[in-house]
Amino acid sequence: METVLTTHFADERYRHVDTYVQYGGYSALRKAFSCPKERIVEEVRKANLRGRGGAGFPAGVKWGFLPKDLSRPRILVINADEGEPGTFKDRQIMSRGPHLLIEGIAIASYAMTIHSTYIYIRGEFVREAKIMEEAVAEAYAKGFLGKNILGSGFHLDVYVHRGAGAYICGEETSLINSLEGKRGWPRIKPPFPASVGAFGLPTIVNNVETIADVPWIVNNGGEKFASLGVEKNGGTRLIGVSGPVNRPGVYELSAGVLLREVIYTHAGGLKDGKQLKAVIPGGSSTPVLRPDEIDVTFDIESMGKIGTMPGSGGVIVIPEGACMVRALSVLMNFYAHESCGQCTPCREGTGWLAKIVGRIENGQGREGDIELILDVCDNMMGRTICPLADAAVMPAQSFIWKFREEFDRHIADKKCPFGNKF
Amino acid sequence: MPTFTINGMTASVPDGTMILEAARQIGIEIPHYCYHPKLSIAGNCRMCLVEVEKFPKLQISCNTVVTEGMVVRTDTEKVRKAVTGVLELMLIHHPIDCPICDQAGECGLQNYYMKFGLHKSRYALEEKVHKKKVQDIGGQIVLDAERCILCSRCVRFLREVTGTCEMEFFSRSDHSEISIFPGRPLNNNYTGNLADICPVGALTNKDFRFKCRVWFLKSADSICPGCANGCNVMADFKGDILYRFRPRRNDAVNRTWLCDAGRLEYKKANDYRLLTPVIREAGQAIAAAWDAALFTTALRLREAIEAHGPESVAVIASPQSSNEELFLVRKLAAEVVRTPYLGFSSLTPGRRLEDDFLIKADKNPNSQGARLLGITEEGFVRTVKAISEGRIRALLVFGSGLADFSDGETVALLSRVPFVAQVATNEGALSRAAHAVLPSASFAERGGTFTNFAGRVQRFQPGFPPRGKAKNDIEVIAGLANQLGAGWKFAGEESVFRALAETARPFSGMSYESIGDLGREARDGGPPSGGR
Repeated sequence: METVLTTHFADERYRHVDTYVQYGGYSALRKAFSCPKERIVEEVRKANLRGRGGAGFPAGVKWGFLPKDLSRPRILVINADEGEPGTFKDRQIMSRGPHLLIEGIAIASYAMTIHSTYIYIRGEFVREAKIMEEAVAEAYAKGFLGKNILGSGFHLDVYVHRGAGAYICGEETSLINSLEGKRGWPRIKPPFPASVGAFGLPTIVNNVETIADVPWIVNNGGEKFASLGVEKNGGTRLIGVSGPVNRPGVYELSAGVLLREVIYTHAGGLKDGKQLKAVIPGGSSTPVLRPDEIDVTFDIESMGKIGTMPGSGGVIVIPEGACMVRALSVLMNFYAHESCGQCTPCREGTGWLAKIVGRIENGQGREGDIELILDVCDNMMGRTICPLADAAVMPAQSFIWKFREEFDRHIADKKCPFGNKF
Repeated sequence: MPTFTINGMTASVPDGTMILEAARQIGIEIPHYCYHPKLSIAGNCRMCLVEVEKFPKLQISCNTVVTEGMVVRTDTEKVRKAVTGVLELMLIHHPIDCPICDQAGECGLQNYYMKFGLHKSRYALEEKVHKKKVQDIGGQIVLDAERCILCSRCVRFLREVTGTCEMEFFSRSDHSEISIFPGRPLNNNYTGNLADICPVGALTNKDFRFKCRVWFLKSADSICPGCANGCNVMADFKGDILYRFRPRRNDAVNRTWLCDAGRLEYKKANDYRLLTPVIREAGQAIAAAWDAALFTTALRLREAIEAHGPESVAVIASPQSSNEELFLVRKLAAEVVRTPYLGFSSLTPGRRLEDDFLIKADKNPNSQGARLLGITEEGFVRTVKAISEGRIRALLVFGSGLADFSDGETVALLSRVPFVAQVATNEGALSRAAHAVLPSASFAERGGTFTNFAGRVQRFQPGFPPRGKAKNDIEVIAGLANQLGAGWKFAGEESVFRALAETARPFSGMSYESIGDLGREARDGGPPSGGR
């Protein structure tokens, strides 16, 4: 099948500008400069390009939220704070095809009349940040960034900014605060970033993969891109498969692919012929699925029908023999650690959930603990400034709803039936 | 002016009003912690959740603007469960140490628990996260991190009001804490407000800690006497002891704030009080009955007038006196004694701190009132000159001190006057030298009006009757005037104010009613910009 992003990823030189140009890179940027700006936005809208960071918001629509008035400068921020557990696709783009992102940035910035773009990279991505910086320098040297790009009269500066390792800074307003040098706390909305964002200016925050798709859309047209996917979910998706499978890794697949195919065809099925016990489809925040639910395509609507979402495309495979309580305990500790501490329900609730799930796993669960978890979840869901509380609640609820018997057994037996091994 | 419906009631509010404020205006209380009308919106406590039609999720009412036709409900099961849930989460790590907490009785957690919670704790005591208690963080404030609900009001106050930014959040998740930076204590003149705005017992005032349970306190609407700004305060008292000042909201004067120096002004009503009239003869101080003290004073004034003419008598007024009192002082000097020597000084000893917010260099509450009533500082200078030249035979002084004179200067100056009578609230060099000391009621024990630097006339109310044998100045002045044959009939400060408003042009047309709780600008009273 046709690929948008990973076509030349096998070539290690592809990360350098010369090789990228040899493969036809930056042709979309030239083409973009010959198009009216509205046309580019229109193609992106037609492409049904949904945000790849997790929420799946249509990119073209998001771009349209910028105020029409051009009197204040606007900012594009690339969210490269890839921190969702189970997700490692943007890292692939940045380390193997950084110019895809830079060309996408240049086109998107041109289309939105933006002259400053910040790439906010997760603090732990030291290597990727270095590659990105080199690539940005190359692009400046070749005239793809900077003043009067390719003689178009358009100028653009791109800054690579490293985060400091907080999961919460993947949330766009938190990221903006962090970029400004402030504590990484989500902002209350309204105002939304498109009207008041980074440095008080209208700001669009897009995921790495989303923007990296833009050059292909410009070259091949929005409709072509849309046709690679399914209805309302245009294009391909980078899907990262982790867990005990034979071929873990990142796969570029149509949104129409079945989750079963992702696991068994592309990732080669489970190691040692083990049975599948559960799968988290789109990063740790997305509700878990049972093996009988994996005949679902990887698009937002189909996943939504069965109460989950493709999120950031991080498929986490959980094999037979693994303890679901243990798995949830690990996740709950993660969210308790990463809650920014701003809103009461999340600050206190994530820690409470981690404690309850932890004690169940340790054989100290109490009668009523499961109902308590569900009630605490109820008091957290939808009650906070950003979706971190929801992100903690969704796995907690779904693990209990779908694997309740394991929780009950932990409490009844006063120990982990799997001998605490994961 | 959008019209909206809340719990079935319909109301119109100005454009841009948030649901929480709109509800408050029609008497519906929405619980909240982080929201404060004078600070930016934080939206993080999540207590003020309400149901808004057409919104799938509950919305925070502090940051949701009322729009035309909006339908809001605060009384549904969904809202109740959400609010109770947030409160429970807020309390899971709270130490529940109400018995030793000074906030008890005026605590947001206690109040809302009684109103919305009443739940049994589902969180084991031993699992609570403990944080540091009793930390002196500078200024007037003690921090107890365990009691903090992280509403961030203090952080926003220091960022947005004082601009000093001493406090910040540290750590994340349920280990989050608000504190100062290491080795950088609070450093501004408004720290006391932090204890006021803290909705729980995390920030308490060092001065008030453990002094009195708040439910024993009664409160009088008053005006801080500490400077010319005239900040509106509530004077909290038990019996005849004042315990604290808290700022009273007046957006035209002090918004909801009070400076640290002003906050301690209440002590003047408690400490070093003159409580009994004293007559000093041949260096011997003798406690006297009021009749005898007034009689003696009047007699000595009359003797001086008769022997040396009215210009041998001087009257020094006090900018600590109310408009009503100053009006009578002037009347006494001009119409009864008929002396040209009348004046006041707005100066005070010590450093006269001033800033561009609330603190004024003039440390008196009513200098502007004195000026508007025709009492001048130039008159004071003339009077002092006459005294030092030995031309004054009898002097009537109001207030505890003379301008910015040191004790030595005061005593030296007064030694040139054969008879000095003082009407004052607090002891000092003057009261130790005067021949007659007439104790006057403190600001907490009498009522009246002050005119602030901007010409705003504001009322202060008595909390309790004068301590000891102290008397209201109006009675003392009228008593003296009547001993000198004036025949005045004034029944209380309001009747004096009526007379004042009839004769003093800047106050014409004013009445206690028209001044109300928040004051009113005098005519041509001060600089056009007014207070902040």
